[in-house]
Amino acid sequence: MTVPATTLRPRDAAGTRLMIQDLGERARNVLSMTRRNLVHIARQPAELADVTIQPLLLTVLFVYLFGGAIPIPRGSYTDFAVPGMLALNLVTSTMGTAVGLATDLHEGIIERFRVLPMWPPAVLVGRSLADLLTDCLCALVVAVTGLAVGWRTGAGPLAIMAGFALVLFFTYALSWVTACVGLTSKSPESAASFGLIVLFPLAFVSNVMVPTQHMPGWLRAVADWNPVSAAAAGARQLWGNPNPSASIGAWPMQHPVEASLAWSVLILAVAAPLASRFFRRRTTG
Amino acid sequence: MTAELMIEAEGLVKTYGETRALAGVGFCVPAGSVLGLLGPNGAGKTTAVRILTTLALPDAGRARVAGIDVLARPAAVRRQIGVAAQDATLDGLLTGRQNLALVGELSGMRGAQARTRAAELLELFDLAGAADRVVKGYSGGMRRRLDLAASLLTRPPVLFLDEPTTGLDPVSRQRVWEVIRELIGSGVTLLLTTQYLDEADALADRIVVVNHGQVIAEGTPRELKERSRSAHVEVTLAEPGPEAAEVIAPLVGGLVSVSADGSRLGAAVDSAPGLATLLVRALDQAGMLVDNIEVRQPSLDDVFFALTGAPERESEGASA
Repeated sequence: MTVPATTLRPRDAAGTRLMIQDLGERARNVLSMTRRNLVHIARQPAELADVTIQPLLLTVLFVYLFGGAIPIPRGSYTDFAVPGMLALNLVTSTMGTAVGLATDLHEGIIERFRVLPMWPPAVLVGRSLADLLTDCLCALVVAVTGLAVGWRTGAGPLAIMAGFALVLFFTYALSWVTACVGLTSKSPESAASFGLIVLFPLAFVSNVMVPTQHMPGWLRAVADWNPVSAAAAGARQLWGNPNPSASIGAWPMQHPVEASLAWSVLILAVAAPLASRFFRRRTTG
Repeated sequence: MTAELMIEAEGLVKTYGETRALAGVGFCVPAGSVLGLLGPNGAGKTTAVRILTTLALPDAGRARVAGIDVLARPAAVRRQIGVAAQDATLDGLLTGRQNLALVGELSGMRGAQARTRAAELLELFDLAGAADRVVKGYSGGMRRRLDLAASLLTRPPVLFLDEPTTGLDPVSRQRVWEVIRELIGSGVTLLLTTQYLDEADALADRIVVVNHGQVIAEGTPRELKERSRSAHVEVTLAEPGPEAAEVIAPLVGGLVSVSADGSRLGAAVDSAPGLATLLVRALDQAGMLVDNIEVRQPSLDDVFFALTGAPERESEGASA
């Protein structure tokens, strides 16, 4: 019944393995987890509503409901609104990360992951990357819907790509904040409701739907420093769309692209390690 | 020949709030052998497994798996173990095949290698036909078999199976037993927890009995059965007879348990020729009618009765 000693420790070199190999293994773990989450999405296409039907509806509604009522200096409301709609829909879609992770923690599979010799944060990184892909779909829906309702941009292809990348990068950073929410929630339901409470004011108290100039002073200050405003204004600037915020003195409104990037890096630097810590805390004990 | 110890637990203590799940549990498993961790619900079996498989940290005590300290190097331990938990740990939205491939990839196997091994195990576990169905639709037995398959993907030298047959119908239970027997033949070291003595009896080389977070007995199945006497007798009376226990006590030579309504008596006995006849005769002489008499192999209840001197029901009530 005894097993030869050599077969007992097939991979005892684990400790001395090269860092490069380690990184490769981590990357493969992340890839596997990303693919797993994409299979989930494919199995439940209805869950994609918040990145397909919602952006389509909101873009059409806002353009036609507010289009005539909100005067935009030097341009049309449609051209002003579409970059805002991109930011609005992407920001609210990050709730999916919170709900997804909270759901994962309630499924038996998390226990399996925990006994595997994998890189544990792959659960988080894989989730964030799968969500980034659905966010790209969301951006595409906003763009196509926008074009259909008359949104136009004079910018070159590079600037157009940069605009999408700017808002998507911000969304990716924000999804690590909602990851923290999901990892500290008691249930997927509470993750969803908490996400709503935080994300809606964040998305709405900004320049995404209306210029901030007519807001009461304190609210306007909040809106002008809101990272979502920077992302939306950054996209407007890159796309050559009307950007009334350009006349506002606040630093982020004067340099929206830089501000959006800075916010994204800062949020990522704080939220990603925090999420990793919350995950560790939830999965040990 | 002294075999290397593949699982070592020493003085494990774990408290969850007010509940002391483990109060100093220790045991070890030599390479290539099977240990059955036997005990009722809430005895601490699962907590012990969770500590040994890096899922929980003990408040005190030490644990080593494949010679590696579980607390100091959990990641290294994970490379040596396969785990099938009590609740199947599967992804309900993936197919059986995708579940196994994912586990293989996350264990460091290359995609193609993981898929080949997955196909092999699906065949072995009689799941090939359901391989491309989503696991959410699997029956309990199928889930359990898939979970077992997942624990074997990387051919780990040490296996932990936590109550592998609890909640399964008899047919699925037999199927899982067959699979475990095949594994044992392959030379792995196995720790198996169970509530059923017959399961430990059928599969384990040695049994450790735990109750209230403590080891209360240890030995081979045969040794334990001897300690719990070799058989169990149960007598059902036509009418409750409070004095019946006294009548049969001298014949069974030990403690007699009486059911709440006083119509059923149970006792651990040494199987003696003609014991049933003797019991019926004695009860008849005392004026009591016997409806049914049954002499059978000891159950876990009996082992507990013999080991703790208290009926299993009471100990369960206290640990719940």
